[in-house]
Amino acid sequence: MKNLFQPYDVSLESEMLEPLDFNRRSRLKETDRCFKAEILNVIRLTDMEKLFQVRILDAGESERFSFLPGQFVMVEVPGYGEIPISISSSASRAGYLELCIRRAGIVTGALHRAERGARIGIRGPFGTHFPMETMKGHDVLLIAGGLGLAPLRASIFGVIENRADFENVHILYGTKSPDQLLFDYQYEEWSRIDDIDLQVIVEEPDDKWTGPVGLITKLLDGIEVDPQRTFAIVCGPPVMFKFVCGRLSEQGMPMRRMFVSLERRMHCGMGKCCRCNIGSTFTCMEGPVFDYWTVMNLKEAI
Amino acid sequence: MLFRCLPKEGFRDLVEMTLETIEVVGPKEIGRDKDDNPIHHYLPVSNPDELDFDYATTEYSAKTYFLPFQENLSTYRFDEDDWHQDIRYRIQPRAIIGLHACDINGLLKLDKVFARDFFPSPYYISRRQNTFIVGIDHEPCDGGFCRSLGTDTVTHGFDLFLTDLGDRYFVAIGSDRGFGALQKVNAREITDEDTHNYLTERQRLAGLFQAEVPVNDLGNLLDIEFTSEVWEKWGRKCMSCGSCAMVCPTCYCYGVMEKVSMDFERGVKQRQAYSCNLVDFAEVAGDHNFRPDSTTRLKYRYYHQHRGFVEIYDEPKCVGCNRCGRTCLAGISPVEVITDLQMDERT
Repeated sequence: MKNLFQPYDVSLESEMLEPLDFNRRSRLKETDRCFKAEILNVIRLTDMEKLFQVRILDAGESERFSFLPGQFVMVEVPGYGEIPISISSSASRAGYLELCIRRAGIVTGALHRAERGARIGIRGPFGTHFPMETMKGHDVLLIAGGLGLAPLRASIFGVIENRADFENVHILYGTKSPDQLLFDYQYEEWSRIDDIDLQVIVEEPDDKWTGPVGLITKLLDGIEVDPQRTFAIVCGPPVMFKFVCGRLSEQGMPMRRMFVSLERRMHCGMGKCCRCNIGSTFTCMEGPVFDYWTVMNLKEAI
Repeated sequence: MLFRCLPKEGFRDLVEMTLETIEVVGPKEIGRDKDDNPIHHYLPVSNPDELDFDYATTEYSAKTYFLPFQENLSTYRFDEDDWHQDIRYRIQPRAIIGLHACDINGLLKLDKVFARDFFPSPYYISRRQNTFIVGIDHEPCDGGFCRSLGTDTVTHGFDLFLTDLGDRYFVAIGSDRGFGALQKVNAREITDEDTHNYLTERQRLAGLFQAEVPVNDLGNLLDIEFTSEVWEKWGRKCMSCGSCAMVCPTCYCYGVMEKVSMDFERGVKQRQAYSCNLVDFAEVAGDHNFRPDSTTRLKYRYYHQHRGFVEIYDEPKCVGCNRCGRTCLAGISPVEVITDLQMDERT
């Protein structure tokens, strides 16, 4: 019970110091004008997912384009359509984006056929972000399942690039099988960093797999969590964060310190089309990043 | 607010003058229903006689002049390896004459979504600013419950608003544009008698309402009744056709899609009106559908109307015009659904 009633001192909220995120698009009159961006490289991650490294072409727009980990952009392939994609790259490079995209429909199909040099449209960034500033000075659990590593990766960079600002850092990642692991070429780099604990688990190992086997929650067994000084970001399918957040909640972690990213098929990204409504909440405006308490209160979220 | 009095001949002159310069849209009889009642639509007219102000309601709302069923957001021209985006907004002025208070209130609600704080829509604002709106008072329509929602009167959102006083109109002036128009037809200052007649007429109109639907507290009620059998009862009837959203003055949900010309030289990105009752409304990548049942979808339509919208804008999205009730092929009536919910709570 003690954990429930911690004294709350508003002046300690570093969030208060964060600059308000005025998306400059909202002040522009042309809500549907997109930034033209060039695909610099296409990196094959798995059979289903590719990573697109893109750069905004116009020098001025490129310089002004900035985002925060957890935000998304609307990616347009003219003639095919427009889809919401979360940003997977470090927020520290202006005008440069990495987008991890699974082949699933018309637009993603077109993107998967696109080659280096192709030009796409980008609108955004949109939505809420992970509270990287507030998390500073705390232990951090970064947990992803499957494609959830795509939105989580921006915050992994956020932590690594500012490692001195955080206490203990754990990165936990799980997929169904080893061939579905995203960014496997980066695990080596991340795990070699002193004082970052990276663990990867699969449910159905193949012959070559030597790592742990099971569900992502199994990795939590080996980790000591101090619920009062830990923040968690959990990205993955809803069923996964239901179990992971449920588990952390039982251990006493406040639900307001667990953050998840929800996904819906948005058509505008600007709180207009209503396609991403969860109950009465706009995923594009009030999300995609929500704290777990908010998610618990959203009907049909999980 | 400023008021003037305008003889009916003066109003006719005003319409004629407007017709000389811009497109005029108004209530027009387009046919009769099976009971021989006239059916009206808001359509362009070519002379003042085509305007039929003695209409009860229209089948469709005037929403489509601000949010057309289909609208080009941008067009693309394709080159060898590149594309060029072109964006145009509709800037031709137009007048809509004869809107009832509920429809103007509907526009005020759309203004909140499309012309305010976050991501104001240039497409909508351009159409709204370019539309001269003349409203008119009328006796309540059959089944309309606008009075329950406070939308039977309107104080802004129009250029002129008329109340019929027999041989003349009592005119509320909502904009400098409206004021300027009245100057051209010599509207006169109002007298005490005009004001008295106006207030009497307003009182008479207010007394004619029969349908009443208590909507206060509906927000909480919808949460409590989330698993109510009422949704099962009405949702099973729903044929998921989306007609309700098409005729609604405030339903604004949409989808965006792109098309390419046959010669592959041009593309267009279009906004297409949608309905939350359509089966694929909440479908996402990988064919997962968050709302596969008609019962769930119907519930969320009410959820958005009376809870979601209230949460953001402090008022329900519904204006009580009952167009959805009249047009529904399955006979789903908003008054009955809401009443059912409220009865359910008491048992």
